[in-house]
Amino acid sequence: MPKLTIDNQEIEVEAGTSIIQAADQLGVEIPRFCYHDRLSVPANCRMCLVEVEGGPPKPVASCAMACGEGMVVKTQSEMVKKARKGVMEMMLINHPLDCPICDQGGECDLQDEAVAYGYDRSRYRENKRAVKDKPFGPLIKTIMTRCINCTRCVRFGEEIAGIDSMGQLNRGEDAEIGTFIAKAIDTEMSGNMIDICPVGALTSKPYAFKARSWELTKTDSVDVHDALGSNIRVDSRDGEVLRVLPRVNEDINAEWIDDRTRFAYDGLAKNRLDKPYIKDEETKKLRPAEWPEALAYLSEKLKTFKSDNMAALAGDLCDAESMFALKELMGSLGVENLECRVDGAQFDVSNKAGYRFNSTIAGIDEADSILLIGVNPRHEGAVLNARIRKAHLERNVPISVIGEEADLAYPYAHVGTSPKDIEKLVKTHKGKVQFERPMIIVGSGVFQREDGMALHAMLHDAAEKLGCVKEGWNGFNVLHHAASRMAALEMDFTLIKPFDLNKMGFVYLLGVDNEATLSNIHPHAFVVYQGHHGDAGAHRADLILPGAAYTEKSGLYMNTEGRVQNGRQAVDPVGEAREDWKILRAVSEEGGQPLQYNNLTQLRAKLAATYPAFGEVGEIASVEWGAFGDAKGKANDTPFENPIDNFYETNVITKSSKTMMQCTAEFVNSEETLAEAAE
Amino acid sequence: MLQDKDRMFTNLYGFEPFNLDAAKKRGDWRDTKEIMAKGRDWIIEEMKTSGLRGRGGAGFPTGLKWSFMPKEVTDRPHYLVINADESEPGTCKDREIMRHDPHKLVEGALLASFAMQSHHAFIYIRGEFVHEGTELVRAIEEAREAGLIGKNACGSGWDFDITLHRGAGAYICGEETALLESLEGKKGQPRNKPPFPAMAGLYSCPTTINNVETIAAVPEILKRGGEWFSKLGKDEKNSGTKLFCISGHVNSPCVVEEEMGIRMKDLIETHAGGVRGGWDNLKAVIPGGSSCPLLPAEICDTVLMDFDSLREVNSGLGTAGLIVMDKSTDIIYAIARLSKFYMHESCGQCTPCREGTGWMWRVMTRLVKGDATLDEIDMLLDITKEVEGHTICALGDAAAWPIQGLMRHFRDEVEERILAYRKIAKAA
Repeated sequence: MPKLTIDNQEIEVEAGTSIIQAADQLGVEIPRFCYHDRLSVPANCRMCLVEVEGGPPKPVASCAMACGEGMVVKTQSEMVKKARKGVMEMMLINHPLDCPICDQGGECDLQDEAVAYGYDRSRYRENKRAVKDKPFGPLIKTIMTRCINCTRCVRFGEEIAGIDSMGQLNRGEDAEIGTFIAKAIDTEMSGNMIDICPVGALTSKPYAFKARSWELTKTDSVDVHDALGSNIRVDSRDGEVLRVLPRVNEDINAEWIDDRTRFAYDGLAKNRLDKPYIKDEETKKLRPAEWPEALAYLSEKLKTFKSDNMAALAGDLCDAESMFALKELMGSLGVENLECRVDGAQFDVSNKAGYRFNSTIAGIDEADSILLIGVNPRHEGAVLNARIRKAHLERNVPISVIGEEADLAYPYAHVGTSPKDIEKLVKTHKGKVQFERPMIIVGSGVFQREDGMALHAMLHDAAEKLGCVKEGWNGFNVLHHAASRMAALEMDFTLIKPFDLNKMGFVYLLGVDNEATLSNIHPHAFVVYQGHHGDAGAHRADLILPGAAYTEKSGLYMNTEGRVQNGRQAVDPVGEAREDWKILRAVSEEGGQPLQYNNLTQLRAKLAATYPAFGEVGEIASVEWGAFGDAKGKANDTPFENPIDNFYETNVITKSSKTMMQCTAEFVNSEETLAEAAE
Repeated sequence: MLQDKDRMFTNLYGFEPFNLDAAKKRGDWRDTKEIMAKGRDWIIEEMKTSGLRGRGGAGFPTGLKWSFMPKEVTDRPHYLVINADESEPGTCKDREIMRHDPHKLVEGALLASFAMQSHHAFIYIRGEFVHEGTELVRAIEEAREAGLIGKNACGSGWDFDITLHRGAGAYICGEETALLESLEGKKGQPRNKPPFPAMAGLYSCPTTINNVETIAAVPEILKRGGEWFSKLGKDEKNSGTKLFCISGHVNSPCVVEEEMGIRMKDLIETHAGGVRGGWDNLKAVIPGGSSCPLLPAEICDTVLMDFDSLREVNSGLGTAGLIVMDKSTDIIYAIARLSKFYMHESCGQCTPCREGTGWMWRVMTRLVKGDATLDEIDMLLDITKEVEGHTICALGDAAAWPIQGLMRHFRDEVEERILAYRKIAKAA
């Protein structure tokens, strides 16, 4: 534990801490461009130079120098100021003076530091260098003349995202950042390069020239495109979401988000349901309606069905409050047929430990072996995949896969494809597992088959025999890919006794657009669709009630770990659309049995009183390990299939997003694109 | 003056074959086993006694450097890496060793590796040295066939082998950590220090990097004793013999082994046939390879060729590659050409060097014509100060020093040219 002095302040730090980290702890500001606390240290920008007393008579790079016992560091001495001024001048001589048209303007590290350390005029009389822009794909806009060669993007690619196609090409003045062969940055984490770029070299293509950072209203929220609940900040202006950025949450997403989370927001403005629609019973065509008419129509319809002929389903993107309101509404009508697993998954919901990410996402940092079953974490939780990659890189954790082979951005042992391979693995390892903290990650997609219940029991068995469950460690994890699923299961929004959806005369769909479920609804059933996008569900509906998307309502979400998080409203719902719980409240009032809350606070209080987990925002309620699944059932040998074919088109928002379509064209159907380009 | 009996590199000019038989006749591979039997502590002590300083330019005491290696080999093997990426303009000493006396290097590699408990040495040779590399490979193979290296090298019980790796022609790969990067198969860019290679070098293992001349001097020093070596030369800090490479405006450019601390004038007059047109025609000398600041004639008259004497006159011994320039030289152009070299060879990793070398060259190019203002001289010096000492490796310093040397001694000439140019421009 070396003790040192920085600017006359003493601090004791852990061995191996660099001077810049110690200064950060003290709150002493040291300017930096290349240094990033989650990436390796190249010390190439030379901006963080400090003076170390008694050292060599030249400044040292504080990011690369470890703290030593008794060091006396000066960050504001003449030597340091002169050095930084010099480095800043060098940074700027070939940097274009295009701040007024640069999207980074206002949130640019170089701009900020230039104010602090730059000369007020240039001494550089020669011609400036220009660098050709690079084709980095539909998400990242490049203006490489602005690049200061800090290599943060290259290191992010190599160390976090797992792509080795980027690098610094050529040398000296001709050095430039690029891909070794001209192609787009093919990783679902690429958007983070925009965040970590300290200048305007890499900026967001969809956001280009849209707004200045200081004009934006910033709302802290959580993401709904997967079940991780990545923390995000929604930036909006004039009721329009203009971009989505990550927020730091060490337990979930560190400071990264995937490209779907970041760029799918343009889908929020397309294909929206902005007013109620009623299907004309004669022409069978939807016609716009006003709210009173729609509510009255629904109220009338509700009276014509018996409660056991009715069902309510909750889709992938719902907030907890709306599902709770729907459950209560249905309860007041005597309806018991509820289901949230609209992807057709079958697993035992009696034990909460059986379907959640027990070891927590941060637990991956402690795991010493990882077995992935029927899951492609790169598609079902890209940020989580980055954490697995980190475990591989930093601790060389062995990773095995049972299921489809896919490029996961790290090497793994492919030990099988089907349930019988799990049995085989258990047989060979039973009683001789040499790992302290083994971890199994099961994709929720494996339960999307008939033998789901039997599989569930088999996985329970495997988890115990492979030593995943022990005192202080539960390594059995299910990775869901729907943001609403855990909250729905927590509030028992699932079947109490089995019902046949096909036999239901009335179906209430709360944001359900999954073909697996829709195809099961009887053609003559009366279908109410409450949601925000005109997609498959709305297409089938007899009555459409326009709801709010995740950026337009405040809502609680429970992520795959069982952690409750608060999503906040950033903009208003479009047109006539309303927050979902309000719609349900209105439906109940129209029916004469109003729900017992008049605002969100009351609703949340009731929710928390009924299901206490929702009262503890940010926390994970503990659960007991126990038996689950159908132990008598027999799993068949059908190979596992990953549920997501196209990472960029997984829900109604992404399907409406132009950016995501471009990504699909670029990264998923790239061969077709190449063929078109050839023409 | 060095006497013939004290000469180490007796086949520097290739009058005899380089092969093993001829080398053995010259005394190579004699008593190697016996020296190793004296133990590694003895070898390191003897090297410390000799006062040998690294011949690659920085002049760090070799024995001391070796002693920085961990005493015990843990799970990470030790490596010796020999820097044969000789590319400093004006320097051509290692080349002569490798093509005419390679067995000295091979034997030295064995002894040095043994002293540092390394079983494997890598020689990183400059890509352009095709012929030298071929001869070195043959020497290594000869030694291997004769059992001098390989398993149980020289019957000493020590297993040792050498790998020769050819560079691809980047000057920066002569910087020791960039060399390691390149050797590992990466882009040759210097690393940050610390950690120093003795702690984490090649593949993060303890590594010592020595110059060819340093290693080639080891066998003779150990055979004749550190005492003998330390008595040669100027004093105990600048001891022994050294290869001097004399090029430029001299009558017979050559590489010659001489005692450390010889007078520059003697060196040039005795071995290089004197300056073209006589000593009075001398304008300046760059004493230690292109990166060392030049010295004007009046200093050259008296200065001694060793590390400390040259440091006193704000220059350096460097690699002892003397570039002699007579009065016909356009000294500003000469330095501008060096600036261009450093701009071209900058790796582009860190900001001051990447941007600064180009800037310096552009200003220098204008100064050659005189197309500048007088205050730009001070600005240029200021730029050199902004680069110097702020970079990861010493290339930034190397790019700055020649310009600083020029302005220190020939500022009047630069000013004259500017004024002349402005006069013409005004008249036009």
